[in-house]
Amino acid sequence: MLPAFGFALEAPWWVEVVVKSLVLLFIVVTTFAYSMLAERKILGWMQLRPGPNRVGPWGLLQPAADAAKMLLKEDLTPQTADTFIYRLAPFISLIAAMGVYAVIPFSESGNGLWSIGDVNAGILFVFALTSIGVYGISLAGWSSGSKYPLLGSVRSTAQMISYELAMTMSVVGVLILAGTTSLAGIVHAQNRLWFVIPQLGGFAIYLITAVAETNRTPFDLVEAETELVGGFHTEYSGLRFGLFFIAEYLNMITVSCIATLLFLGGWNAPFGLTVIPGIVWFVLKAGLFIFAYIWLRATLPRLRYDRLMAFGWKILLPAATLNLMLTAAVVAVTG
Amino acid sequence: MSPLRGFASALIALTGGFATTFGMLFKRKPTIEYPSVKKQHAPRFHGLHELRRYADGKERCIGCELCAIACPANAITVIGAENAPGDRRSPGERYAARYEIDELRCIFCGLCEEACPTDAIVLTPRFEMADYRRGSFVYAKDRLLVPPQAGVGTAPDERPNGIPADLGTVAEQKSTVDIATGYDATNRGHILKTERRGLAG
Repeated sequence: MLPAFGFALEAPWWVEVVVKSLVLLFIVVTTFAYSMLAERKILGWMQLRPGPNRVGPWGLLQPAADAAKMLLKEDLTPQTADTFIYRLAPFISLIAAMGVYAVIPFSESGNGLWSIGDVNAGILFVFALTSIGVYGISLAGWSSGSKYPLLGSVRSTAQMISYELAMTMSVVGVLILAGTTSLAGIVHAQNRLWFVIPQLGGFAIYLITAVAETNRTPFDLVEAETELVGGFHTEYSGLRFGLFFIAEYLNMITVSCIATLLFLGGWNAPFGLTVIPGIVWFVLKAGLFIFAYIWLRATLPRLRYDRLMAFGWKILLPAATLNLMLTAAVVAVTG
Repeated sequence: MSPLRGFASALIALTGGFATTFGMLFKRKPTIEYPSVKKQHAPRFHGLHELRRYADGKERCIGCELCAIACPANAITVIGAENAPGDRRSPGERYAARYEIDELRCIFCGLCEEACPTDAIVLTPRFEMADYRRGSFVYAKDRLLVPPQAGVGTAPDERPNGIPADLGTVAEQKSTVDIATGYDATNRGHILKTERRGLAG
């Protein structure tokens, strides 16, 4: 009997999993919609604009209007495109982005974890799936049969490989401290001290590489509107473009959730404020990261491509390795 | 510069940048939310034209076509006609039987206003002329002429030599009439309804 979201269900395991997945899907897609609105609002405010405010009060129905627009737009396929792969690519991206939520624990209550499945190699599962998401981007660019998307997909492949290394390295420090790869186990290991304090370097590296992994400014060379006209999704329109869009935002939310779980103690309440339930803390902490990403986008311009590569290989990777070696040494000495 | 100092100065620069964008978050936004809030234009803003009347309701335009000649964009068409003795439309001998301005050709330079000897054609601060048909942008007298009760000044036929005494005062009247009191000079709602069916005359 798997524990449900705070209450136990008496049903066959697969019914339970399907119900939980549907609920989670709904929550995640709503979060996507409103984090997109939040991004547009906050970007607007930071650029001294009011942001979207015409659809509904304070523009709160904007996501619905956007969704309707996406659904009604024409779905174009270029003549030179490899049709099957071209149509498949957005789904690869989206499925990989959504699959991650199967293992993310959002909170814990008396009868168990608030997650669909508690995988004991959770963090590995997350990294494996997010890496598969790159296939969506690469294949989309390649199969479009057009020059800018191809450039975008080549960039994405190189960028993902470069930053995935540093990202994984920065996380290994946490794994050494926690002694487990289970996401819930990592959170439990932070009951007394959040890993952001002993792993400050790893935390910084994770944050930077996470921006690169999710293709967001200042590392958005994969889509670079100004040079690549949107990069890998130049040729996509309508719903298929929408799927890429959802996948990108879900990835941003995912890395925020992972950062919360690995470094900010997940649903653990700070300063003993256990009156407020864990899920609230989780949402607050993940929201903090999402805000940071939006803030980053409003502040920094895009990096030049060679600098992006140099930064990844010459600074982040050695720094992450150093951090890993230091952590390992300290743990080995202190036991 | 040593790498360490370079790193430190980069960090300081980054902090400054992030502080700037964060500070902007709480600043008052200068956006004018246009359709619901409208900017008050200067009284002498060059916008949509109107044809003025005298206080007694007579049209100021005497059909002299000076505005049409002055117009650098050839946007104005005036066809004058003799006033009938019993039914005088303007104080002069002639009046404008047809007066049309193509607002799509117009460059809103205001030369027509300057050329007019009787201050009949005046640019108002109104600027919302958007429409669905090109034909709708040809404004004829039905939309240009102000209603009779909005007339200003004494007609010169009340004076022996027929020289208007109020030249040069229209600029002030423009601001007082248009902005302070305001009147529905161009009955647009009604005209739109009739004109959507066919092109404007």
